[in-house]
Amino acid sequence: MTVLCLVELDEGRVADASLRALRLARDLAGPAASLAVAIAPPADPAALGTEGPVLAELGDQGVATVLLLETDGLAPGAYAPAALARGLASATAELGAVLVLAPANTHGQEILGHLAAIADLPFVANCTTATWEEPGVLTLTRQRWGGSLLEDARLAAPAALLSVATDAVTPAPAVTPTTPTVLVHRYRVEAGELDVVATTEPGESGGVALSNARVVVSGGRGVGGPEGFGELEELARLLGGAVGVSRVVTSLGWRPHREQVGQTGTKVTPELYLACGISGAVQHLAGCQGARHMVAINTDADAPIMARADYAVIGDVSEVLPVLVREVRARKERAGR
Amino acid sequence: MELLVCIKRVPMVGGRIAVTADGLAVDTKMLGFTVSPHEECAVEEAIRVTERHGGSVTVLTLGPPEAAEQLRDALALGAHRAVLLETDGREWGPAATAAAIVAAIRDREATAGRFDLLLFGNEAADSADYQVGIRVARALGLPCVTAVKQLEADPAGGPEGAAGRLVARREHRGATEAFAVALPAVVTVKEGINLPRYPSLPGRMRARKAPLDTAAASFTPDPLERRKLRVPTSDRKGAEILGRGPDAVPALVDLLDEMGVLA
Repeated sequence: MTVLCLVELDEGRVADASLRALRLARDLAGPAASLAVAIAPPADPAALGTEGPVLAELGDQGVATVLLLETDGLAPGAYAPAALARGLASATAELGAVLVLAPANTHGQEILGHLAAIADLPFVANCTTATWEEPGVLTLTRQRWGGSLLEDARLAAPAALLSVATDAVTPAPAVTPTTPTVLVHRYRVEAGELDVVATTEPGESGGVALSNARVVVSGGRGVGGPEGFGELEELARLLGGAVGVSRVVTSLGWRPHREQVGQTGTKVTPELYLACGISGAVQHLAGCQGARHMVAINTDADAPIMARADYAVIGDVSEVLPVLVREVRARKERAGR
Repeated sequence: MELLVCIKRVPMVGGRIAVTADGLAVDTKMLGFTVSPHEECAVEEAIRVTERHGGSVTVLTLGPPEAAEQLRDALALGAHRAVLLETDGREWGPAATAAAIVAAIRDREATAGRFDLLLFGNEAADSADYQVGIRVARALGLPCVTAVKQLEADPAGGPEGAAGRLVARREHRGATEAFAVALPAVVTVKEGINLPRYPSLPGRMRARKAPLDTAAASFTPDPLERRKLRVPTSDRKGAEILGRGPDAVPALVDLLDEMGVLA
């Protein structure tokens, strides 16, 4: 029996979201089944060489087999979801995989969506846990309403696809590391599957990507207006993080929508989420519940964010933040950082 | 251009979501209903395309009889026709939903001609299955782009025999991914692609009287069998207050240092 996990690379390493999906995939494979991963050929072929970190990282995850999905007409590093799903379908058939997992991000979900249609398999999105009840029957929990509600369910299917809620599963190494075997898996696309290919354009922000940021400095209505975000940007820069915002801030046109954290925006999993003037609607909390630490700055000690935050400063963002920026800068300078 | 927009009726959940006593559904007794947020933007986007290029917008939903309310909301905003695939109120899984939509599209296209662009919300606010649009696209043999935050449709472009072309953009890890696709195509959009308009009074009046095209949809169970819905519990005791106003800053910076985020 084999469990297959889709893995993506990010700057020459296994993407953080993929590590999270791998954790659930490995738990489901258990000692009895084999854990395999499928990867699209990276733009830099050396990334999968024995000199690079990727194979070691996958070995730390207990991966037995790495399938490199190759097809004619798709250049290394290119992204074509329908074609990659065809490659995954072909790999699934060859391995006899009973489960295919991927992170619940855009690439993972859309590839599983295509695979579900190609192979006529059930696809359960945003899983937080899954265990075997018996062969062919899974007991699982998945997020609904962006994680504000959990659904416990039973899935009886000879084979299935699961996307893994990356804000609910933390990466962890395997107890027993492996030395993965790399195999090239060649597949043939069908008509139209290379018609949708991504062209990557540089981002507008140029800063740290919100979805991967270690620190997110986030602002809500309590920031007071678009001009108040200068301090948030400066603090994010000092902490090597990204600026996030609540939905009301984008609705008011203070900041672009790409910075929105929440159920309909970006889901973040930083070490620190600093919520400035954010009351904490469930739709917003759904986007930052995966934060390791949360600190709130808010005038209202009874705001819903206080129930979720670990620490809080009661006060006006416009008074606290300039002092915080100054103090962080001074502390960093003193430490020579 | 002829556009189809598929929408879903969902409850307007506010703060904490309440679950019914049997644990199998969201308790909606005290809640109003709305169009799922990504789909509100899909309706707006479709109307903008027809304002620019002409043509018409058909909205379609699979849902209980009450989902007529959401179709009328879309008509009030400027959609031209509405189709209700009426269920008995049970919740449908994504594969069955997609199959019912595909059947309805084939049915309509047989008499009224082809849709040039089929828009969906990227994922529904409640179930977030992320697959109905993709399954529909594959069944109809159409290209599909998901998570779209910017869309330019051009009815004149595209290769020979195409109904035009579109360029769709989305965010991916801080960069932008762009896709150029021939029409007809399926696009699933995300909130942020536009700011939906409010309905006008004449729009509302018109929508109230507009006929809906209704057909019964027969239920197919999903292999995913629900056991229980629950609100996630937390062992958090609430925030520890570091202090008030700027005086609390030194304690906060100490904390950031302990967390290791100052380095």
